[in-house]
Amino acid sequence: MGHWFSNIVAGTILLSGLLLTFKMRRHPYWKSFLEDLFRRKSALASLAVVSFYMVIALSDSIAWKDQVQAETGDLVTARSPRSVLDRACSSLGLTEREASYSAPFAQVTLTEKEPLKRPGGHPLGTDILGRDVLYLTLKGARPAMMIGGFTSMIVIPVALFFGILAGYFGGRVDDLVQYIYTTLASIPGLLLLIALIMAMGRSTVSVCVALGVTSWVGFCRLLRGETLKVKELEFVESARALGTTHAMILVKHILPNVFHLVVITFILRFSGLVLSESILAYLGLGLDASWGSMIDLARDELARDPIIWWHLTSAASALFILVLAVNFLGDAVRDVLDPRTRRLAR
Amino acid sequence: MNILRYTLRRILYAAPILLGVLLILFLIFFAVADPVDIARRAKGEKASQEVLDAWLELHGYDKPKFPSWEDPINCILFDHYKSMLTFQFGASDVDDQPIVDKIKRGMVPSLTLTVPSFFMGIYLAVSISLLVAFFRGTYIDYMGVFLCVLGMSVPILVYIIAGQYLLSLVLKYFPMSGFERGFEGWRFVILPVVISVLGGLGGSVRFYRTIMVEEMGRDYVRTAKAKGVGDSGVMFKHVLKNAMIPILTQVVMVIPYLFLGSLLMESFFGIPGLGSMTKDAIDANDFATLRVMVFIGSILFIFGQIATDVSYAAVDPRIRLE
Repeated sequence: MGHWFSNIVAGTILLSGLLLTFKMRRHPYWKSFLEDLFRRKSALASLAVVSFYMVIALSDSIAWKDQVQAETGDLVTARSPRSVLDRACSSLGLTEREASYSAPFAQVTLTEKEPLKRPGGHPLGTDILGRDVLYLTLKGARPAMMIGGFTSMIVIPVALFFGILAGYFGGRVDDLVQYIYTTLASIPGLLLLIALIMAMGRSTVSVCVALGVTSWVGFCRLLRGETLKVKELEFVESARALGTTHAMILVKHILPNVFHLVVITFILRFSGLVLSESILAYLGLGLDASWGSMIDLARDELARDPIIWWHLTSAASALFILVLAVNFLGDAVRDVLDPRTRRLAR
Repeated sequence: MNILRYTLRRILYAAPILLGVLLILFLIFFAVADPVDIARRAKGEKASQEVLDAWLELHGYDKPKFPSWEDPINCILFDHYKSMLTFQFGASDVDDQPIVDKIKRGMVPSLTLTVPSFFMGIYLAVSISLLVAFFRGTYIDYMGVFLCVLGMSVPILVYIIAGQYLLSLVLKYFPMSGFERGFEGWRFVILPVVISVLGGLGGSVRFYRTIMVEEMGRDYVRTAKAKGVGDSGVMFKHVLKNAMIPILTQVVMVIPYLFLGSLLMESFFGIPGLGSMTKDAIDANDFATLRVMVFIGSILFIFGQIATDVSYAAVDPRIRLE
């Protein structure tokens, strides 16, 4: 039943993405943000790259089960669902298993004992189990997006809630929130991450939760500081003088004025999260089929003769290009959204 | 006189944080991970109930987790606080060696790796960022920032694997891995040091450049220029000195972590420090060792913070008044 859940999540992400773009085009602030952003060539290029990865990850998330012909001749439902990406790749012949290693576009396997089923048909070669490396690399997009996306979905609400409350109310609330995050921040990040994942067991959810626990502190601190600044401004004062409730002030006046930080931090943290998954994969605590675990698997292949470089290179380049694009996009978004640099750019 | 009182207050302030850290560790290692599960992982899935019970009793995990009204002392929570606060760490969950001995053995190899990388990293990052900031707005600057983002985007594993492959397997400049105590071990340490410096360079150069460019916009720079100080004089005498304050704040916070070693570098290059000890503990599901490592890391961090704050207070009297 796991694939239905993933279908629903993928559908929701797609829908909310469309809705958000539609809404942003109507809102004057976000409209000018988009116009400024699209004026930068590097931002456009990196946005295109990130969207490409998003499309691949989403196409790998939407899956259904086929009706297949059983040995008896009846039509039965296949045991495992196949995603849109699986179907596209299998129509290109990429899902075909070979006997062992073969180089990119090779005509024979490395051992030359077994003939290739598709000579010259594997643009990035095959790995030790004969799986097509291009297919594996494309499959790695989904875990990477899941790490970045789900962790942010945990971090952003928690950090917003505690950061704004602490900054707005001050006093005891502030003391408590500060105590909690100072204590958490006193534990070395990587060690806390490892401890949490080992205690919760190795799964996607526990990796995301653990990354969330270790990364909400900095964000919360940032939001608290910004709220402290915003709440002193005149419009908050006048709202209070008019008798607006605290809840209304928080939602209508404070939240929109710190929200640019959420967008900036979300994009800038995303690449860090994807990179830390590759470290976790080396420690054996990462996600299955991620680029990190591909790199970890391919690590010993460099010592072989002839060396197997394509496995490591494909996974590392896929990871590198995504992180690079996200980094550039994050810088552009910060330049456009941050009022300090915004004035300079004009 | 005043500074003593400040130090004392700072230490008192750290006490509840230390207790909080211990509570978090308790929650992670005993509430989230059940001791019975740990026993099963240590003794194998098929271990009989007697074996598991004996293991739990041996490690003191058979007591109730939380204190009860009748017998508040006889519980894991109390034992956990007591053993950690008195530094009686006990034995490893896996090989029954005293954890303290392991840590004592691992400290020196870790430091021989982390201390040189730390100093080389700061030296290179500060000099390069100074250069890039000096040429701000020119192509050298754009190129430098671009290279920094490029360097930041490469996963650290790729730095290690590629460096090890290129420099020791193909070019044979350095040994693949290994360690030797004393000064003779230098050839084992160079490669990991070089790789960890290179891996961290992009991020720190970019960060330091931002600080320096920010400092270059201040009034004192204009004043210095007005009184006739040359461009390089402004840069090295005025900007560098003032930029060192925020840079040092960042740097001092890293110092406690030098003792913890580097998880990736040590396990890749076979250096028997605390990093590879932690890696082994992860592979063997050794929760006791991991718990102690996390605790020691936290203590080092807290003391590092106190030391930073006190040294600031010693330099800057305004902080003491707050």
